[in-house]
Amino acid sequence: MTTLPQSTGKKLGLVIDLDICVGCQSCATSCKEWNTGGYSAPLSDHDPYGGDPSGAWLNRIHSYEFDDGQQAKTVHFPRSCLHCEEPDCVTVCPTGASYKREEDGIVLVNPDTCIGCKLCSWACPYGAREYDYDDGVMKKCTLCVDRIYNETIPEEDRVPACVRSCPTGARAFGDLDDPTSDVSKSVIARGGFNLLDEFGYKPTNKYLPPRKAEVPAAPVERQPEQVAAPGNTAIEKLFSWVDKALS
Amino acid sequence: MNIQQPKVETSAPVGDEVKQTTCYMCACRCGINVHLKDGKVRYIEGNRDHPVNKGVLCGKGASGIMQHYSPARLQSPMKRVGPRGSGQFEAISWEEALETATEWLGTVRKSDPKKLAFFTGRDQSQSLTGLWAMKYGTQNFAAHGGFCSVNMAAGGLYTFGGAFWEFGDPDWDYSKYFMLFGVAEDHASNPIKIGMGKLKNNGAKIVSINPVRTGYNAIADEWVGIRPGTDALFAGALIHELFRTQQVDLDYLIRYTNSPWLVIQDPGAADDGLFARDEDGNPLVWSRDAEGFASGKAGDLSASLTGSRTLADGRTARPVFELMAERYLDEEYSPVAVAEKTGIPADQISRIAAELAHVAFKEEIVIEREWTDAWGRKHDKLIGRPVSMHAMRGISAHSNGFQTCRMIHILQILLGSIDCPGGFRYKPPYPKQTPPNLLPHGAVQDIKPELPLGGPHLGFPHGPQHLLIDDDGNPSRIDKAFSWDAPMSSHGLMHMVINNAAKKDPYGIDVMFMYMANMAWNSSMNTPGTLDALTAKDENGEYVIPKIIYSDAYYSETVAFADLILPDTTYLERWDCISLLDRPISEAEMMADSIRHPVVEPDRDVRGFQTVLIDLGARLGLPGFTKDDGTPLYPGGYPDYIVNHERKPGIGPLAGWRGKDGETFGVGEPNQNQLDRYIENGAFFEHKIAPEHAYFRHANRGYIDWGIEKGIRMSPDPTIFQLYSEPVQRFRLAAQGHGDRQPPARAKDRIETHFDPLPFWYAPLEETMVDTNTFPLHAITQRPMHMYHSWGSQNAWLRQITAENRLYIHTDVGKSIGAKDDDWVWLSSHHGRIKCQVRLMDGVNPHTVWTWNAIGKRRGAWGLDDDAPESNRGFLLNHLISELLPEREGGYRYSNSDPITGQAAWFDLRVAIEKAEDGAGHTEPFYEPIGTGNQPASPEKLAYGKEFRKAKS
Repeated sequence: MTTLPQSTGKKLGLVIDLDICVGCQSCATSCKEWNTGGYSAPLSDHDPYGGDPSGAWLNRIHSYEFDDGQQAKTVHFPRSCLHCEEPDCVTVCPTGASYKREEDGIVLVNPDTCIGCKLCSWACPYGAREYDYDDGVMKKCTLCVDRIYNETIPEEDRVPACVRSCPTGARAFGDLDDPTSDVSKSVIARGGFNLLDEFGYKPTNKYLPPRKAEVPAAPVERQPEQVAAPGNTAIEKLFSWVDKALS
Repeated sequence: MNIQQPKVETSAPVGDEVKQTTCYMCACRCGINVHLKDGKVRYIEGNRDHPVNKGVLCGKGASGIMQHYSPARLQSPMKRVGPRGSGQFEAISWEEALETATEWLGTVRKSDPKKLAFFTGRDQSQSLTGLWAMKYGTQNFAAHGGFCSVNMAAGGLYTFGGAFWEFGDPDWDYSKYFMLFGVAEDHASNPIKIGMGKLKNNGAKIVSINPVRTGYNAIADEWVGIRPGTDALFAGALIHELFRTQQVDLDYLIRYTNSPWLVIQDPGAADDGLFARDEDGNPLVWSRDAEGFASGKAGDLSASLTGSRTLADGRTARPVFELMAERYLDEEYSPVAVAEKTGIPADQISRIAAELAHVAFKEEIVIEREWTDAWGRKHDKLIGRPVSMHAMRGISAHSNGFQTCRMIHILQILLGSIDCPGGFRYKPPYPKQTPPNLLPHGAVQDIKPELPLGGPHLGFPHGPQHLLIDDDGNPSRIDKAFSWDAPMSSHGLMHMVINNAAKKDPYGIDVMFMYMANMAWNSSMNTPGTLDALTAKDENGEYVIPKIIYSDAYYSETVAFADLILPDTTYLERWDCISLLDRPISEAEMMADSIRHPVVEPDRDVRGFQTVLIDLGARLGLPGFTKDDGTPLYPGGYPDYIVNHERKPGIGPLAGWRGKDGETFGVGEPNQNQLDRYIENGAFFEHKIAPEHAYFRHANRGYIDWGIEKGIRMSPDPTIFQLYSEPVQRFRLAAQGHGDRQPPARAKDRIETHFDPLPFWYAPLEETMVDTNTFPLHAITQRPMHMYHSWGSQNAWLRQITAENRLYIHTDVGKSIGAKDDDWVWLSSHHGRIKCQVRLMDGVNPHTVWTWNAIGKRRGAWGLDDDAPESNRGFLLNHLISELLPEREGGYRYSNSDPITGQAAWFDLRVAIEKAEDGAGHTEPFYEPIGTGNQPASPEKLAYGKEFRKAKS
């Protein structure tokens, strides 16, 4: 059993806008690309050019259809570690390799002490942990801990790789414990929600739901102007209107 | 257990250095920062300063590492030593490869230059490849536009001097209503994604018109699940409603369009349907102020939109506006009339039309900003109609795509929303003149041994006088472009070349030279027929297409069918320029171009294709590639050419840092440090347009004059939108028996019907020729976003996301044949049949099936194992698509293409579906593997990045 910190200084996490995610996979491959050479290096791939290619990914996108009662709609759903406040994946760890950081709430795996027992992946209801068969240890989202504090890169780039790359701006990073942060404000404004809230793990990451379409102020069907005209067909009315408008 | 939190290194340097270049995972050309560590690529991210992607990067771009280190990369030049398709190659030296190519090409050039067909794929160097083909002197050159987007390019350029995608974009900042026609998940990549994110956050409404609701369409506020090929009925009904409810921008139409121009009404006369003109050739309008005729180019704001006029010769002429109103107010375009064919309820069409008009006219945007129009009138504000539109494949790839595209532009123009705030905005160097003033070259009588062409191959005919045909009306070109089969085929018909050459129709060739186009697989219509053509032999046992030279970076299916392979580099190893002479990266508010430069050195014996082409040009002694003394003009290869080539004095491939010391841009003498300046600036150049030049650029005096000064515009005249297209009418007149160049009897009806100067809807050609009861469904494709325009199948990461495809069918179709997810079906067309697995969904037009394009691969190619999902469960629709239309009376088979532009009509496909037994568990057709030549074996596992962790500790 590994204990959780009493509290964390910050609650760093992601806010993901399902209203504008187009499912382009940018966050997934950017994550793979950064992390295969970063804190979690490598993210191994098996049979990469063969019949059953697979590998370790810290972020995956699922697309599925749902019917909102009007039109069938496809929703793209990026899935990664939610950096829960009370994660079982940490408390089940027999070696202390899986832990939640006191200073920012990030849930990490220490590759030097992970024994690859996979208890944590069984404990996570979100399927956010991936066992790297080649490396023999568990891999998971680090919230790019090696980017967000990295003083060797420009300050504006000190965000997770997935946020850095997202083309539609569907992903945001920040302190969800700080009510004045942009991420906290967007959660309030848009009704951000917890994934599988009923499980009680208190995810830090939030999802913003698809918006209801804001149709422009309902246009009133415009009636063609009745202009004194020699004829009564639509075309005669149009030409009369044109002549009047231009006279 | 309470443990000490380990110390984590959070400030490790990413790599040793960062080099900035341009992505090439698709055609978007985003700026990238390539982080290098120990000489290897550690990380690729978007360049925040770059005009195209502004820092973001898509799923492909972020997988560039696997593209670069793919085991499918070619290793060295090769010559074929077994039969075509066997994959038996022998590695040869570059010297041998280049000498072989020079001998083959030189022999043809000295005897009959048309016997070289040089066609390139999705490369971005057409200003070089086109120049090379011109200097070589063959008429047979084009790139892949004929099967990609020529309907969009031609439809736009003939109408308003711009086009969707590369020549313009929606005004993402100000638009309040955005209509997306037939755009799957691509064209463009990051710019559309960035833009749609902005629109959503600004509260704009997004309406998608697409038979399939995925990708961009999935986040639209309203989905119009239209039946394929009927978009012009939908657009026509919107126009009908705008006219019916009297909501069109009359002021805009008078100022910027040919709506007031008078059209001669004299059926049977040789000039019926042409513009009435004055003695100087100016089109006439009726001026209310002058109470008489005036020039339509004079900017007369009192020009009349209505009223028949009697010309000096007593004949009648009517303004375009009247003809247009009659066309679209006709009942055939009423919402009720089009509802059934389009599958869109009439009330939904009427409501969308009302919303468009509401946003355009009641929510107009006014920007206080002074500007001067083309006629010298000063304005103190910009009026914006914040309705924007974008269209691509679903419009383009139909045989009615040119007219459909034009109709969408007419809809935009009636709303006054071209190049205004909130509307569609041009990207420099657009707008150009319309009709475009670039004419095609390569008439058969102009082709002589060792003689260059007089001008570029591809252009925009204004009438039959510009066709490339001989005295008997036969095509000059191997692809029959600019002939009566496809008179306005401004991008050529690459999709016809191989099959025409094998049939020697119109003639045989000696050498086929291709670059970066997978014609032996997913880039051809009728893949089986194309393979037959590539391997066809004559009575002597010789290949009918005797010699095939191919350049590619990867071991694609096409490599196996070529005789001489010139291996290209990866995008991180090469020089390139993305030029204003070609397909630049400009954005609406800036003129921009960019380069690629080697950020890593090749570790194999490969060379950038453009450098090889320049080398061949010198070896062949082509003018433009050799000095007077016969030595190479560009001994430094492509970078030498990029810097020193001048298309006209002072105008070269790159616009930035010109002049001896790099102090000017646009026009200026070559600067030997130009490439260094680009590299210092992140591999691109941008010049922001002055605020007063930012809108209404078709008629913005300041912009036009600035454009001339900077070499991006030819004429000081405004671009007057051609709602009514006179060039189109000239072809129709020829079909009606006028002029000295008339179509052959078999083509007369076809030309007369389709060459309507006002856009109209006609049924896609295939469905008029096959039994639609037998083939009740439409079949279309799209690329997944993470593989758009890319060669994704050998990418170890991307293929983990998509390695096999399914046929997506509507739930009701599934029920009707008793199929559930993953069941096997036979899908058949008039041309062939395939076997594949299905997936059921609701967000698809019920008459339409679709799949992910180009996932299916042939065994042996792309460095994949024989049991790869791509070749066992992946499939292509290409096998079902004929490159020819079915035979009709008279026996002549036209290309399965738009009869106007020759655009490949691969979205016209009609199919039947039936349930199949599981059988062998693989898709059909299931081709034998092609041999893998001397390619290395692919690794069984990857641990990319492991070395970086070691290096760290």
